[in-house]
This record gives sequence, C-alpha cells and structure tokens, in this order.
Amino acid sequence: MNLLMEIGNGTLAITATLTGIGLVCAALLIAKLISPKSFSVKKAEPYECGIPTRGESMIQFKTGYYIFAILFLIFDVETVFLYPWAVIARSLGVQSLLCIGIFLFILILGLAYAWRKGALKWT
Amino acid sequence: MFDFGIWTSWFNNLLTGCMPDWAATIIECVVIAVLVLLAYTVLALFYILYERKLCAWFQCRLGPMRVGKWGLLQVFADMFKILIKELISLKGTDKFLFKLAPYLVITSSVIMLACLPWGRGLQIINFNIGIFFVLAVSSVGVLGILLAGWSSNNKYTLIGAMRSGAQMVSYELSLGLAIITIVLFAGTMNINELVWAQNDGWFIFKGHIPAIIAFIIYVIAATAETNRGPFDLPEAEHELTAGYHTEYSGIHFGFFYLAEYLNLFIVSGIATLMFLGGWMPLHVPGWDGFNAVMDWIPSVVWFVGKAFFISYVIIWFKWTFPRVRIDQMLAFEWKYLMPFALANLVLMAIFVALGWHF
Repeated sequence: MNLLMEIGNGTLAITATLTGIGLVCAALLIAKLISPKSFSVKKAEPYECGIPTRGESMIQFKTGYYIFAILFLIFDVETVFLYPWAVIARSLGVQSLLCIGIFLFILILGLAYAWRKGALKWT
Repeated sequence: MFDFGIWTSWFNNLLTGCMPDWAATIIECVVIAVLVLLAYTVLALFYILYERKLCAWFQCRLGPMRVGKWGLLQVFADMFKILIKELISLKGTDKFLFKLAPYLVITSSVIMLACLPWGRGLQIINFNIGIFFVLAVSSVGVLGILLAGWSSNNKYTLIGAMRSGAQMVSYELSLGLAIITIVLFAGTMNINELVWAQNDGWFIFKGHIPAIIAFIIYVIAATAETNRGPFDLPEAEHELTAGYHTEYSGIHFGFFYLAEYLNLFIVSGIATLMFLGGWMPLHVPGWDGFNAVMDWIPSVVWFVGKAFFISYVIIWFKWTFPRVRIDQMLAFEWKYLMPFALANLVLMAIFVALGWHF
C-alpha cells in the first residue's frame, strides 16, 4: 500500500533521492546568500588544538581497521545470503535448517579462525 | 483505525480527474517531496530540543529556558545561527569529496525516512524487499562519514572517520542479524506486510524468547550505528576535537548534525516497525473496552510515539554509560554481540522450522 498506489516505487525512490539533494542544495544556497565571507591564511589552517600542524595530514593509520573491514565484508555477504533464506524458511521446514546450519557452521569456523589468529585483537 | 489511504486516493482521483496522468504523477511527486522535507525538518528540530531537554533532566538541570516558553524556540535560534555562519574553505582539502559528503549523509537519511510506515495507508516507498533496502541505504551514510573525515586534511577527522567506519560496519552485522531473526519469523521483507503481520500481537510478544533477545541486540547495535551513547568514539570530544566533522563549519556542519538526529529517529522507527508493531495499537486479548480505546488513537501517533520512546531509551544510554575504548567496542561486537546474534538466529530458525507458535 503506497502513499499513492498509482506511482511506482522506483519513481518514489528517485523522488526521495532528489528531495535529499534538493534539501542540501537549498540550505547551501540560503547559507551562501546570508553568511559572511572573509579570507585569512590562518583561518584556512587545519583545526588541531591551536598549535601549528606538523607534517602530512593523510597519515598512516592502524592496519587494524583494514582487517575489521575485510572481516565485515565476509560476514556482510553472509547476511545478504541469509535474507532470501529467511523469507522462505517457514515453508522449507526442517531440511533447510540442516543446510543453513552447515553454511553457518562454516562461517563460524571462519570467525573462530580469525579469532584464534588474533585478528580480533586490537594491539 | 482510520485509513489514511482514503485521503491519498481522494487526492489522486482529484488530480487525475482534471489533468493527464503524467502531470498528476509529477504534482504528486512534488507534494510527496514537500511532505518529506517538512517531516524531516520538523523531526530534526524536535529531536534537537528533545535531546537537550532530556540531557538536562538526566543531569538535574533545566536545559534551554530563555528563548520562548520552556526554551521551545531555542532550536529555531540555533538553526538560524548555523545558517548565518561562514562556510570556511580550508587549505589542502579535497574540495570535491569535502562537498560530496553532506549530500550522501543527508540523502541516505531522507530515503530511509521515506521508507518508514508512518500510519495506516501512509507509507511512501514500499519495495517488497523494504527492510533490506533500508539497510542498504543506511550503508551509504557510512560512506559519507568516511569521505568527510578523509577529505578534511586533518588528523583528527581521519582518525574519527576510521573509527566511525570500523564501528558502523561492525555493528551493522548485529543489526542485520537481529532484523533477519524477525524476517525469519514473519516470512516477509515488505514493510507494510511486516506491520500487518503484527495485527494480532507485536513481534516482541509473539516471537518467543529469540525476539526479545533480538530486540536487545538491535537496540545496542542501533546505538552504535548512530554513533551515540557509550559508542560515540568517532566524535569523542576529549580526544578528537569533534571527530569526523571537525573541519565543517556553518550549515555544512548542520547537515551532519541534522542527519545524526534523523538517524536516531530512523533506527527507532525500524525498531518500532520490526519489534513493537509499527503503527499497530497495543491490544490485550479479551479486554474489548481497552482495545477499542487503543484503536481510537490515530496510527501516526502510535508510530511516532513508539519511535520517541525508543529514542528516549537510546538517549538515556548516552547519559548513563561512560564511553568505551575502541578495542573494547570492537571486541564487544565481534566476540559477544555477533556470536550471540547468530546463535539467536539459529534458535529462531529452530522455533520456526519446528512450528512452535503461540
């Protein structure tokens, strides 16, 4: 039951997207019209505690974030696979439970392996 | 319950009666856009005041009191102040990505807002993969935050964005698994059908123990998803100035501020939809008089009221628990919350496969 049943969902999704973009554009336009403008070299410096910035800002950061991102990728794809099963699980009965159990078991094995290898440890 | 579909179909008939179909569609789309914008702004303004007042009451203060009666006009003053602040362009920022980030953050929250079931017959986007679509769109918001931090040419924003990325993607897993638990029980992903499936009892009452566990997991994960409460590491002001939006000024900052409050409403709305019956009134079997009174309250009030209640709980978390460290936060998700969510999913699958229903 849509707000208006005659309009397709695709059209409505595009409408919502354009609404979001329009909101940002309109607010920016108003802000540009009424906000003051001034220029100074000091103001364009990065805001870090008031002392002058040292070195590059695009620093090297911990590889820990990267490992968690890869783990996320694996498990997120897993949850994507679970959705279609979840919708029809009721009609599939006990047999599907065993199949998805094997699938989940392999994934939990993967998590256990990552855990054992110390990927979940933040050093 | 009053069906708001009567109004919308009346409006549609009115338009198609006096103009060709394509013109009617365009006008309807414009009306929808205006309504969504109105809801977005009103909710954002309300939530800013809601949070400030609740925060004050939790700390035995009064909160904003000077502007208007009980400080009700404070948010308008704040918004106007944000609008008239200068938009500072910094040295060394990646200009394109810096300006793109607010668009991603705001647009994703507007699309999610349009997916929520506001009341009977009051739902805008209604895909048959509804809840999955909402989760997919919410991932785009993470991208906006990562871009904001990366493009700002500031070490604090970079660390804030990385923390935010790690936190939001990690907790998205538990969030998704909690939602799958309910999808499994309901057997549908369509938001409207999910609400109607709760006609004879909300999922949290109907869905045995796994639904209650899933609700608790969902609320914890949602708190982390919105970068709030004990999980507000990305903007930990003692360590990172203001986190990923340090370098944004004026309305640019306002966009992140608005999106943060709207995301709070949206996660509360999804909790309402998945666990607390969407816009369905509270019914107790056998209490006919009570049920009739509950039916008399409009469906919009039910939905918004339940969402505000969940938001209240999430704000309560923020002012109760101390902030966790990043290693504690990630360990909590990967070593406790996600295995629990998976076990809970298996439990629910066993309940559903063996056909144990109330």
